[in-house]
Amino acid sequence: MYAFDYHRPASLAEAAQLLAGNPDAKLLAGGQTYIPTLKQRLAKPAAVIDLGRIAELRGIREEAGGVTIGATTPHAEVANSPIVKRVIPALAALAEGIGDPQVRNRGTIGGSIANNDPAADYPAAVVGLGATVRTSKGRAIAADDFFTGMFETALAPDEIVTAVHFPKPEKAAYAKFPNPASRYAIVGVFVAKTAGGVRVAVTGASPCVFRATALEQALAASWSAAAIDGVTIDPSNLNSDIHAQADYRAHLIKVMAKRAIEAAG
Amino acid sequence: MTEKGIGARVPRKEDLRFITGRGRYTDDINQPGQAYAVFVRSPYAHARIVRIDKSSALAMPGVLAVLDGQDVAADGLGNLVCGWLVKSKDGSPMKMGKHPLLAQEKVRYVGDRVAVVIADTYAQAKDAAEALAVEYEELPAVVELAQAHDAPALVHDEVPHNLCYDWELGDKAAVEAAFAKAHHVTRMELVNNRLVPNAMEPRAAIGHYDSGQDAYTLYLTSQNPHVHRLVMSAFIGIAPEHKLRVVAPDVGGGFGSKIFIYGEECVVLWASKKIGGRPVKWTAERSESFLSDAHGRDHVTTAELALDREGNFLALRVNTKANLGGYMSTFSSCIPTYLYATLLAGQYKTPAIYCDVQAYYTNTAPVDAYRGAGRPEASFLIETLVDQAAIEMRMDPAEIRRKNFIPKTAFPYQTPVALVYDTGDYEACLDEALRLVDYAGFPARRAESERRGKLRGIGISCYIEACGIAPSAVVGSLGAGVGLWESAKVRFTHTGKVQVLTGTHTHGQGHETTFSQLVADKLGVAYEDVEVIHGDTEKTPVGMGTYGSRSLAVGGEAIVKACDKIIAKGKKIAAHLLEASEADIEFKDGKFTVAGTDKSKTIGEVVFAAYVPHNYPAGLEPGMEEGAFFDPPNFTFPAGSYVCEVEVDPQTGVVDIARFVAVDDFGNVVNPLIVEGQVHGGLAQGIGQALLEGARYDESGQLLTGSYMDYCMPRADDVPSFEVVTARGTPAAANSLGVKGCGEAGAIGAPAAVINAIRNAIGVRVEMPATPERVWRAIQSSPLAKAAE
Ligand SMILES: Cc1cc2nc3c(=O)[nH]c(=O)nc-3n(C[C@H](O)[C@H](O)[C@H](O)COP(=O)(O)OP(=O)(O)OC[C@H]3O[C@@H](n4cnc5c(N)ncnc54)[C@H](O)[C@@H]3O)c2cc1C
Repeated sequence: MYAFDYHRPASLAEAAQLLAGNPDAKLLAGGQTYIPTLKQRLAKPAAVIDLGRIAELRGIREEAGGVTIGATTPHAEVANSPIVKRVIPALAALAEGIGDPQVRNRGTIGGSIANNDPAADYPAAVVGLGATVRTSKGRAIAADDFFTGMFETALAPDEIVTAVHFPKPEKAAYAKFPNPASRYAIVGVFVAKTAGGVRVAVTGASPCVFRATALEQALAASWSAAAIDGVTIDPSNLNSDIHAQADYRAHLIKVMAKRAIEAAG
Repeated sequence: MTEKGIGARVPRKEDLRFITGRGRYTDDINQPGQAYAVFVRSPYAHARIVRIDKSSALAMPGVLAVLDGQDVAADGLGNLVCGWLVKSKDGSPMKMGKHPLLAQEKVRYVGDRVAVVIADTYAQAKDAAEALAVEYEELPAVVELAQAHDAPALVHDEVPHNLCYDWELGDKAAVEAAFAKAHHVTRMELVNNRLVPNAMEPRAAIGHYDSGQDAYTLYLTSQNPHVHRLVMSAFIGIAPEHKLRVVAPDVGGGFGSKIFIYGEECVVLWASKKIGGRPVKWTAERSESFLSDAHGRDHVTTAELALDREGNFLALRVNTKANLGGYMSTFSSCIPTYLYATLLAGQYKTPAIYCDVQAYYTNTAPVDAYRGAGRPEASFLIETLVDQAAIEMRMDPAEIRRKNFIPKTAFPYQTPVALVYDTGDYEACLDEALRLVDYAGFPARRAESERRGKLRGIGISCYIEACGIAPSAVVGSLGAGVGLWESAKVRFTHTGKVQVLTGTHTHGQGHETTFSQLVADKLGVAYEDVEVIHGDTEKTPVGMGTYGSRSLAVGGEAIVKACDKIIAKGKKIAAHLLEASEADIEFKDGKFTVAGTDKSKTIGEVVFAAYVPHNYPAGLEPGMEEGAFFDPPNFTFPAGSYVCEVEVDPQTGVVDIARFVAVDDFGNVVNPLIVEGQVHGGLAQGIGQALLEGARYDESGQLLTGSYMDYCMPRADDVPSFEVVTARGTPAAANSLGVKGCGEAGAIGAPAAVINAIRNAIGVRVEMPATPERVWRAIQSSPLAKAAE
């Protein structure tokens, strides 16, 4: 780790001010990605702004029939939340399947989506449920606009995720094929039947979470696992690495989609 | 006395401190004035070091020294050595490329040590290491073992074709003759995947030169502190042996990787003197462990089994290419030779066996012993080959094994590959394993799985290993540079407490418990009154350390011999005190009794008399402390039968281990609880090799699996609840305890059981690690699986 200044603001306003005044500063949430990055000397921030003590950023509440989750809410809290379990059980189940207990107790939803790791789980839920990302600049960014590329988002450098609002779907489920080593997703498929139509979001398979439109169309016509039998997934834009080649990932997208549809009922 | 004596399930006494975080590991030790070392490692697999400019690093705050290969050479330090001389077929010695403590002229793998920076703090050393300017000229790298022979580059310029040795064992002519008249030949090409050892505690060392005493102390993560002391004095020449103390405190796992003498520990010891005697500490980061701990396995093999019409094995022919990595590590030469080919008979009476092995250098981390060391490779080969033969001969896999087992009446049994098996009953283990797993009920279980859309398979593996390493004269004749005896000292105190000093080292094996049970049993003292001391060359007698499942079979026997001497001396004292003749004194349960009378003295009373010899036999030395060395007459041969049942998800290729039954013959067992624990750990590692683990380099020699994000270690939820039987088997002949050793068995026997089970499930053999993707691809090509889908 290189030396850096450490700030622990007590309010969002203070955090936003610190970040705005210091272009070489970085935010720290659960530290599950950022601390290893620092330890391996892959980042050299002038300052680190720890969001951990900002009460207004943490917590889960019902809002407009859906669920709003504060940015620094750890995965374990989402997994165990009676509200989430009741309103969007698929989201609680997804959180329960992230990493291991230590990771779930530290890692946060804001850190996860701001980081936008291609293999992370939350982006699939955010896109799959058509969620809205709220920020310190007062923006409400639609899921479809938020994830812009590998480790890239629509956030400005001095913008902080404050919360994510998930509308309640009619039906939803997430099926994940984990990397046996890291337990991140090799392929994760989130399916949802929502007021705005069927949404299928795929994570892990390509550089950035994406909507599988062919699957969405098939499911819109008929909500059943059999409905996607005839759909072929094009592997040409999918990742190939030591853990899985693109054609295997393409195959898994269909298998996981079917399992998600069956689980959603 | 038997409540905690031999055979009792005594919970490990060391666990209290480990579980409550009070173990004392090398990194827990801090010394006044301690400085820190950080190694600068090669980012290239193969490169010439053009220039090292130390000036900018030296100018950084807190930096005390920057040392490189030229400094090592200038101080005349010796190279790291491989301590076992293997000769090629033509009689020429293996070609040992120079392995300096810090690279000289060339680097030979990513992670090779180029220089060390010593500074006041760890952070300062880290900063300066990053600032050190090293100019490299990159060279083409030799990465793939299969291509090493004809690679355009040479890892060591003086070693043509990168071939270190081309070795053979067995009667080639007899094997050719048998193949010529065979009814059937089963042929197989297989890879034994490369593994990273991943001890929980990374390697660490603190070197300290005390100028007042002109003496050196090294705290080190070592499985064999005396071997470290010997090599560092005799070969490296850092300090004379009597002026060097090596202490291996609590060590968090080794699996072989902490046997070896590495450059880092030599450098910190030497550097301490260079900076005027401040202690120098180094602790590996996990990524350094991945890059620089000696890896394991890594074979490419062609194997052929000749059979007659009835399925009797006639001959076995094996060719293996073994990867040595960039340099020879301490024992790397003997792993793919004497610890491998000598085990190729397995549990079978195959009359003729021939094996030749070509060992190659590549631009990868050095490869050496890893849990099982050579024997897992042999066992995997035999047991997958035999399975394949059964399929081709349309025989039941249990049946073909039974037909070819060495019968229990044939012991001692001379194999065609040099070893003499002492005892065994292979059929009994197989019968027990098949009974436990309910072999006959398998078709019903398979049908039940099929109803749930899963492919179920069952796989057998009947392994054998050679443990209790080793008879010194035998290994000496085969090229070993050391003797492999073991030592012990048993010391009573005035108050009747016992200190046991052992030359072995415990780093997860539970010696403190097992040896206490042994001594409590032999001497009739309370288990709680025995303390086992190990791991400090200043305290313990010279020992060869712990590896090869040798500690109880060899080290334990040395303790028994020391106890026997205590009893013999005690009899003299008791005879004097009881006014009887020495010949009439019997010793049992801690009491010396005049035979046929009720006159007796407890061992405590006798010991007290030895230390307060007011009324004492004339001419007898006072005190009660005896030492013994034990050099075993033969290896021991643990063997067993493992049966694995898997359920494969044909849609994803995920393999779930539904059952795992392990029946082992470890001879007599001192502590079944510890032995079962050793089997569990070994099975987890074996399953890890079969399903999850595999070190991968890219074509330029970068390690792709350099962290737990990409290298998959087995976790608790990857393994089933094991069904383990370690019931008293056939006692070993090479030691009076009749023990065989249990530390490696699981890792040796498990991989073939898993791979055979997968083949049984999907109809094709999958290379290790059988990842979901590999299994899925195999299923695509399997008619059997297609039919089921
Ligand atoms: C061993 C391991 C296993 C894991 N397995 C999984 C898995 O299976 N699935 C999965 O989805 N994830 C997994 N993760 C990731 C983990 O769940 C975290 O979500 C992730 O590491 C980031 O969250 P964090 O709160 O730790 O963020 P940090 O590491 O603190 O920050 C990550 C990045 O986000 C930025 N950031 C943080 N908070 C905000 C904010 N509010 N606004 C703007 N930017 C912000 C930081 O500046 C930093 O760049 C795993 C991590 C580990 C270490």
